Amino acid sequence: MNGVHDLGGMHGLGPIEAEADEPVFHHEWQRRALALTLASGAMGKWNIDMSRHARENQPPEQYLRNSYYQTWLVGLEKLLLAADLVTAGELASGQSAAPLPDDLAQRVLRAEQVAGVLGRGDQFTLDDEITATFQVGDRVRVLNNHPTGHTRAPRYARGKCGLVERDHGVFVFADENSKGRDNPVPQHIYSVNFPARELWGADATPNDCVMIDLWDGHLEAAD
Amino acid sequence: MSDDHSHLSETELRVRSLESLLVDKGMVDSSALDALIQTYEEKIGPQNGARVVARAWSEPDYKAWLLADASAAIADMGYTGRQGEHMYVVENTRQTHNLVVCTLCSCYPWPVLGLPPTWYKSAPYRARAVIDPRGVLAEFGTEVGADVAVRVWDSTAELRYLVLPQRPNGTDEMSKDELAGLVTRNSMIGVEVVGAP
Repeated sequence: MNGVHDLGGMHGLGPIEAEADEPVFHHEWQRRALALTLASGAMGKWNIDMSRHARENQPPEQYLRNSYYQTWLVGLEKLLLAADLVTAGELASGQSAAPLPDDLAQRVLRAEQVAGVLGRGDQFTLDDEITATFQVGDRVRVLNNHPTGHTRAPRYARGKCGLVERDHGVFVFADENSKGRDNPVPQHIYSVNFPARELWGADATPNDCVMIDLWDGHLEAAD
Repeated sequence: MSDDHSHLSETELRVRSLESLLVDKGMVDSSALDALIQTYEEKIGPQNGARVVARAWSEPDYKAWLLADASAAIADMGYTGRQGEHMYVVENTRQTHNLVVCTLCSCYPWPVLGLPPTWYKSAPYRARAVIDPRGVLAEFGTEVGADVAVRVWDSTAELRYLVLPQRPNGTDEMSKDELAGLVTRNSMIGVEVVGAP
């Protein structure tokens, strides 16, 4: 979606305010928001692309006003509701009106499982042998698509040309994966080199570039 | 993205209410929540990445492995898992300076750096890193010469990027532990370099 989360190249956002010796968390509620999000994921009702879309899909003023973990909270509530894991009434009251179904009760993340689950990570690659559309050295153009749903092709690169520097192999296509869990679409991911002047015009530094990871579905051949 | 007091207490109540609901429902286990928090607050952090860098500086074979297959080389040191399944290390040299960002959200290599700092996840950095990287570097007090190329890596997919900073002068006699002690988190994101001791 062409949301305000797609921040690359935007002006007027002010200085970078880096806090010296910043703690991992500033408030207890932030710790809980992180932990609740990760633990809820164990239910298996959403994937990471669905969760990213849930977070980014806010009205612009709300997205920019919310702090990072406030956005996580917003996203988690949306995901829980959409997955029918909670009802609006339960969210409002803070009390459970129905027990967890048995099949989900088995999935609950236990403390002794945490290290293993985090250490294993998630599966993003697919074994499908898909012929790569592009080769290293190919000149490609980012398709000028403007989907209303989730996409990992940033607006600042759409319609721009770059050179394929690396083929990372076959991964789940994030844009499609954000629509649901059932049908992972395998595509190659490429690191594409976009010269700064291609992206930002003649005033940009001549020898700088931006490397963007893009899928087959984001690209077309350029001359 | 700051919290004023009234906005904050509403959030705090909302989180407490949600936790209460999910624990009540049996969907989340309280001790698992504590274990998750402890993992990222105490166990996983940039000290991991610093050890990777120190080893690469000390062992040419390891450095070559790290640049060829970062996931395997980093896993060899026990750093694996969520938000680090597909690692890629980018080396700073005299000719090239690398900088890592996620313009669309906050993607960051958790197993080697821990959770990202607030500035990395916030709008100013995400907006400017790709369009004015030298300005961003200057804001962190980092100067890069006109003859150096700046490469900004926008973490749009599940590849997670770690910068291998240049080894500073005057460190030839240092042990790996001493070298690791020099490597800052910011140098592994690319906004700073590792200064001479």
